[in-house]
Amino acid sequence: MSILSAGSNAPDFTLHSTPDQSVSLSEFRGRNVILAFYPADWSPVCGDQLALYNELLEEFSKHAAQLLAISVDGAWCHAAFARDRHYHFPLLSDFEPKGAVARKFGAYDDKDGVAERALFVIDTNGVIRWSYLSPMGVNPGADGILKALEGITSSAQAGSP
Amino acid sequence: MNATSPELAIPVSAQDHAQGKAGAPVTLLEYGDYQCPACGMAYPTIKRIQHAFGADLRFVFRNFPLSEVHPLARPAAEIAEAAAILHHFWPMHDWLYENQDTWTVYGTEGLEAGLRDLGIDEAAITRTLREHDVGARVRSDFMGGVRSGVNGTPCFFVNGYRHDGDAASLEYAIANLIEQA
Repeated sequence: MSILSAGSNAPDFTLHSTPDQSVSLSEFRGRNVILAFYPADWSPVCGDQLALYNELLEEFSKHAAQLLAISVDGAWCHAAFARDRHYHFPLLSDFEPKGAVARKFGAYDDKDGVAERALFVIDTNGVIRWSYLSPMGVNPGADGILKALEGITSSAQAGSP
Repeated sequence: MNATSPELAIPVSAQDHAQGKAGAPVTLLEYGDYQCPACGMAYPTIKRIQHAFGADLRFVFRNFPLSEVHPLARPAAEIAEAAAILHHFWPMHDWLYENQDTWTVYGTEGLEAGLRDLGIDEAAITRTLREHDVGARVRSDFMGGVRSGVNGTPCFFVNGYRHDGDAASLEYAIANLIEQA
């Protein structure tokens, strides 16, 4: 299975962001979205990766971009993890049916039963403009995301979609 | 280190805090966070590597505070930058890592204790913090790091390429480059 590539429409989804609230990708039409699939709450590399993005929210918002992080962990687990790490962005729960959204994006690891470490930058029209699959144990950093967002901003200024 | 390693986006310049000569065959650059325990653990290793390679190595430190997980990292970085303006950067940097277990418990009071230990005039630091935008300096280090592919701390670059690996592999990579020089 390979991840959806640039040019594809991002499949819509609705997932729990807290035990009693849900978020749909389509709600963010008109804004750019960064989707960060990751294997698991509490694991060392994921924590570092999300800690880095947590520092960059202001930078992302300069590009009118909303960060959504997704793993197969449950909403209560996400709530505890987000509180412990002071995350200021939603952690979405791809819990039931397990990994269904990760599968739609080609980012599910059947063997380990977790989402892969995959990044997608989606534009205001819901089109994937950049995607990247990082090796499971490697924190991909944020330079690729920022370059993709700058690409969207500059093509919008040039008047092309 | 190989062809696919991320490359340092902001070259080392006179603006950087550096120990050793610009002409040294190897420059080791660290993006670090003063409250990060892993950076604290790397500190004695870097000292040992600096001692082992002497004049063949230049060491550069840049700020990469992850403030949400380490709320004291940015205040510490700003005090170190203010100390730098007063020509006390390295003593402050070293003190922060050597005493990380203690000052991080006491918060900003712990940082003030560092200034007293080093005999740095606290009033001068306060004035420097007011007159200079050290926050912008720290932020600019941080964003330069993000653009270079820094993905956590400590993050090392050897002659401009990110080094992924433990301390032993870092020493080995530096030794190889010195041999080739």
